[in-house]
Amino acid sequence: MKTFKIGGIHPDEHKIRAEDQTITLDLPKQGIVFVSQHLGAPSECIVAKGDKVKVGQLLTKNENFIGANVHSPFSGTVNKIDTIYDASGYRKEAIVIDVEGDKWLENIDRSEMIKREISLDKNEIIAKVKEMGIVGLGGACFPTHVKLMVPEGRSAEYLIINGVECEPYLTDDYRLMVEHGEQCLVGVSILQKALGVKTAYIGIENNKPKAIEHLKKLANSFEGIEVVALQVKYPQGAEKQLINAITGREVPSGKLPIDAGCVVCNICTAHAVYEAVQKNKPLIDRIVTVTGLHVEKVSNLFVRIGTPISMLLDAVGGVPENTSKIISGGPMMGKALFSADTAVTKGTSALLLMDESLAHRGETTNCIRCAKCVNVCPMGLEPYLLGALVENENFERAENESVMDCIECGSCLYTCPSYRPLLDCIRVGKYTVRVLQSKRK
Amino acid sequence: MNNKLIISGAPHVHSPENVNKIMWGVVIALIPTLLTSIYFFRFEALLTVSVAVASCLFFEWAIQKYLPKQTPTTSDGSAVITGLLLAFNLPSNLPIWMTILGSLVAIGIAKMAFGGLGKNPFNPALVARAFLLISFPVAMTSWPTIRPLFGDGIVDAMTGPTPFGFLKEGIAQGIPLSELMQHAHVPSYASLLFGANGGSLGEVSALAIILGGLYMLWKRIITWHIPVAFIGSAFVFAAILSAINPEVFINPWVHILSGGLMLGAVFMATDLVTSPMSPKGQLVFGLGCGVLTIVIRVWGAYPEGVSFAILIMNAFVPLIDRAFKPRIFGK
Repeated sequence: MKTFKIGGIHPDEHKIRAEDQTITLDLPKQGIVFVSQHLGAPSECIVAKGDKVKVGQLLTKNENFIGANVHSPFSGTVNKIDTIYDASGYRKEAIVIDVEGDKWLENIDRSEMIKREISLDKNEIIAKVKEMGIVGLGGACFPTHVKLMVPEGRSAEYLIINGVECEPYLTDDYRLMVEHGEQCLVGVSILQKALGVKTAYIGIENNKPKAIEHLKKLANSFEGIEVVALQVKYPQGAEKQLINAITGREVPSGKLPIDAGCVVCNICTAHAVYEAVQKNKPLIDRIVTVTGLHVEKVSNLFVRIGTPISMLLDAVGGVPENTSKIISGGPMMGKALFSADTAVTKGTSALLLMDESLAHRGETTNCIRCAKCVNVCPMGLEPYLLGALVENENFERAENESVMDCIECGSCLYTCPSYRPLLDCIRVGKYTVRVLQSKRK
Repeated sequence: MNNKLIISGAPHVHSPENVNKIMWGVVIALIPTLLTSIYFFRFEALLTVSVAVASCLFFEWAIQKYLPKQTPTTSDGSAVITGLLLAFNLPSNLPIWMTILGSLVAIGIAKMAFGGLGKNPFNPALVARAFLLISFPVAMTSWPTIRPLFGDGIVDAMTGPTPFGFLKEGIAQGIPLSELMQHAHVPSYASLLFGANGGSLGEVSALAIILGGLYMLWKRIITWHIPVAFIGSAFVFAAILSAINPEVFINPWVHILSGGLMLGAVFMATDLVTSPMSPKGQLVFGLGCGVLTIVIRVWGAYPEGVSFAILIMNAFVPLIDRAFKPRIFGK
């Protein structure tokens, strides 16, 4: 069975209650919609206090190429424009909306019918994807229309769809594939058309046999879509690793997937593209896994973006007494929140609660040179060395030792028996080297 | 919910592995060799091992507590490994005070002086062995003959050369190997494998060592690279020499099954701290160890070459780490 060639780890999967149906959460009384929810140039708010808004109405504008629109997930009145802590721990501009009813813009198709025929052409699709604020829902929130506009001189040969969900605990992509498989595949066809790509591969790890079987069956009625079962190994969902696993190709160091003739999109993104292009529906809702070993009722919740996190936590039976850590995202790459007073964004794939016993890192001791970090690094780097170079502030050598190739998957820190803060050091190294490089220019 | 949430960078989960588990795993892997050494050398083996382990633990504890004034980390098991490996490199009848002195050199000079676990460039047990061998050459090379626990005890208190020492002396006197190999001092291949080598405590049974090595491979404490490169290169080099002149150069099977080669290749060269990091580097390191062992055994002053070969290669580890790196994805 296929997988990527270098390194990788096998953390405990903990895919708790993965077979339970997704539950649609009620609308909140007040929603918090962050103005910028993508990677790239920040957006600008175009509504003001007191404005009436409808579901699907544009709330922001962004004239930059790498920018993404945000639409109102709620109908009601803008209560205030404020700065509110987001998952990264910084205060960010957000629109607070008092929710009144659920009135949608008329031009959004809310019917259950699955529309398979694609009437838009290549450029119209890309324009629609941009207009509807679609971003990569794998976690990075990179504007999708940018990926679809292949730079001149390069061409996309394969579309790779990420249905891997290699992060432990997370099951939201799985639920989406099982419950909305056909819509996902129409989304994939749309992406194929936009890119002019004949072959699309959907990579799914073989710990999700139902999703593999379901999508394989559906894919028979689509052209050029192949479902590829992959051996379970973290970080298979990282785009370079996924391309390597499926096509055997390697994205050259410092280059993009398109340099290996590939475009990678998450399965969730494909679903959002379907809704945008076929249903004229902007990206205003998503599935969020709310999980944890000690959580009473682990669930996948279908929520509007902007729903306060506290509502999601209440829906799973509340935050257990001994909870010491709340993570936005998966345990390998997610961010620890310092407060639950924030809201769901486009990139919120999960909320993971950890109790006191799991919340702390072990005590750091001397490196015993066991070479486990070297063996697990999926990029072929030497994390022990990069860690030491950064600790000694030898950033120039860290740059020569390819610190910038690190994809921050966390495998080194996961495996280190001495609990050395390898990835933390490497992040500092990457940041400093980036500053040094920009000074050089 | 606690009032304060804990913030830390990703990842938020960790493998069940830790330093103590790795170190105690090595100790478990050393048990078959410990048992065979007690079987073949009886009470003296038990005494030497106990003294070495106890004094290594004591010196580590005392040095950490009173010199750098750290919290002693003796429970991590690394001092137990050093004690066991040191004892396995000594003849069973070595005076106790020499064993204690060796432990002080291993822990005090080779390990703690460099900053403790993880910082030592040379294998502590081998540094101590080299120190004792140079300081007390007679005591360190008079080997008691083996006396299996359940065999007859008539041969008590005899000492004799190791198979290697015997062969090397014979070769030096110009006696053809085919004649020397018939002598009672040279055990059959089967007894080399199962244990019947005169010599240090830990080198009597190749099989017990291999068993421990397989355990460490299964537990992923070590990888196959160093032992395979070490044993393989020693075998190939010895085979080439033996093919050139079988009357002067010892047959490769005797080379890899007797003496400390197995012990060195499985337990000493694979020491995590003092071996290279990348698989390629580990292969080069093992190759160097194997070739140097044969060079010292054949042309050197000592009959045994494993410990010096590993110590020499230890010194090359920083260079090997610089020269042999893993292949970076996409480069």
